[in-house]
Amino acid sequence: MDLRENAPRPGPPWPGALRRAWRGGAYVVSGALIGIPLLVALAGGLAVGLAASLVVVGLPLLGLLALAGVPVGALERRRTRLVHADPAPTPHRTPDAPGLTAWLRLRGREQATWRELAYTVLMAVVLWPLDLAVAACTLGLPLLLALAPAHLALAGGPGGGGVRPAKVWLVDTWPQACGTAVVGLVLLAALAYPLTAYAAARAAVARRLLAPREAETEARLAEVTRSRARLVAAFEAERRRVERDLHDGAQQRLVALSMALGLARLDAGPGGPLAERLATAQAEADAALGELRELIHGIRPQVLADYGLAAAVEDAADRSPVPVDTDAELPRLPEPVESAAYFAVREALANVARHSGATRAAVHARYADGALRVRVSDDGRGGADPARGTGLTGLADRLAVLDGTLTVTSPPGGPTALTLEIPCRPAPTA
Amino acid sequence: MPSRPYRVVLAEDSVLLREGLIGVLGRFGHEVVAAVGDADALREAVTAHAPDVVVTDVRMPPAFQDEGLRAALTLRTRRPDLPVLVLSQYVQRSYAAELLDSGDGGGVGYLLKDRIGQVEQFVDAFARVAAGGTVVDPEVVRQLLRRRRDPLERLTPREREVLALVAEGRSNAAIAAELVVTEAAVGKHIGNILGKLDLPPAEGTHRRVLAVLAYLRG
Repeated sequence: MDLRENAPRPGPPWPGALRRAWRGGAYVVSGALIGIPLLVALAGGLAVGLAASLVVVGLPLLGLLALAGVPVGALERRRTRLVHADPAPTPHRTPDAPGLTAWLRLRGREQATWRELAYTVLMAVVLWPLDLAVAACTLGLPLLLALAPAHLALAGGPGGGGVRPAKVWLVDTWPQACGTAVVGLVLLAALAYPLTAYAAARAAVARRLLAPREAETEARLAEVTRSRARLVAAFEAERRRVERDLHDGAQQRLVALSMALGLARLDAGPGGPLAERLATAQAEADAALGELRELIHGIRPQVLADYGLAAAVEDAADRSPVPVDTDAELPRLPEPVESAAYFAVREALANVARHSGATRAAVHARYADGALRVRVSDDGRGGADPARGTGLTGLADRLAVLDGTLTVTSPPGGPTALTLEIPCRPAPTA
Repeated sequence: MPSRPYRVVLAEDSVLLREGLIGVLGRFGHEVVAAVGDADALREAVTAHAPDVVVTDVRMPPAFQDEGLRAALTLRTRRPDLPVLVLSQYVQRSYAAELLDSGDGGGVGYLLKDRIGQVEQFVDAFARVAAGGTVVDPEVVRQLLRRRRDPLERLTPREREVLALVAEGRSNAAIAAELVVTEAAVGKHIGNILGKLDLPPAEGTHRRVLAVLAYLRG
């Protein structure tokens, strides 16, 4: 979808009516020009397909012909932009799987494909002749009249037997020719209005058949929502995998290393350069272990999985450099909810520590009326702007996947309060 | 500190650490009578071998959550005097709380796996747990200290150090050795701490640990 279409077009500085007439004319004329080869191609394809179907090979050809509406529909949707400011969106969905088979199967199932085919047939049989007729009456005739002087000049000038522009009347003198030209121009201007009206009606027909129905739009929206939720779930699974890999791999090996060094120190006995080296090596291993532990905790704290959100919030409060009062009484909630809320609280507490200048913060969390509500407040200087901090926007996005909301009130001078709400049901206790 | 040899059931899913722990405990004369890799096997091994002490990892198969801790708690309900030393990759005061609430809080240990590397201190802590003492990782104490800021702010840095060591279940003599001060000085510090936190003077290391931890947990 091209969003640029919604911006004002940089066009010639003509009055709107003239521009509309010009674009409408272009729409009608191009319609007629497309229609002729379209009819030939359709009729040809149908004839070949029917003939070949006697020897079976024609059947796939006919099937392919049924999909002719897809490219025609795409072209026609583009063409309506000449008349409509906002482009008609595609009614088609994106196939779930790559490959031609998936594409064909999806298109075959979509109602939109068959509407496009109907439009294509309509265009090849009725619409383009109509376009041609309208173009001939509203543009062809006036233009021929307007060009009478040129016509006359080409025919050898006055006294050469005269010409009949558009077979209307005989023109044999310059004044006659000029008069005819004036009539032509007046007609052109007068017919611009019906031309514009026809183009608009014609485009409306195209949009009606080619743009997505409301149900299709809703289905697409539902699909997008689902795929976003899948994305978040995949992200969460990846976190878990990384955390488990680190825990089962590097962390265990570092503990084993520290243990081996500890035993080596026993063997080496106290004192001496070797004991000192071993002690240094062990201190390094222990420092690495400590850093790794913090890293793993940052990826996904085990307390969240084992004890749930209330304990994890207390843990986050423990780690905050600003003193935090916690008041969390919660049942176990579904894992995505607990996870999203936990990371929101952590981000909020990090913001408190980083920006607010607060001396105290509080986290209040309750589950009531089918929703989790968490409030993080501080006594800082306020002025937090959700639009500026990418952290807050990211939080809102993450909550939105769960139909949750994030509210921030932070008047200059404070205090700041961040409230999140996620509708959910308590998790069944295992 | 030499102690009598204990018979141990060990539960740890990482083969590397399991072998390492068998080696470390064996070196100090303790016998690992069964080494298993998951919580169900742990429960069976305890029934089969009736060990003096259980050493278990928190996170074990199949779900890799807190199976080891859960198993330790069931074992303690069945045999409240069974000493249990729980090892973990990270410490969480919620886990410590559940352990301390099991039985009378005696014969309970909760340590970071990192501590195994300090072999002598680790085996020392192991022996204290096996003898019915209470050992809590300094990291847990640190988390608890961060929480209870207000009254603890009245403690001097030295007193906080002593408090952490008390929570680890150390005796006055051990604390004195660790901080390189006299035992009398340690006694004075502890008196001050208990006074500032309005705790009654307690007899015996084990009771003292529990009193301090109970206070810290609020």
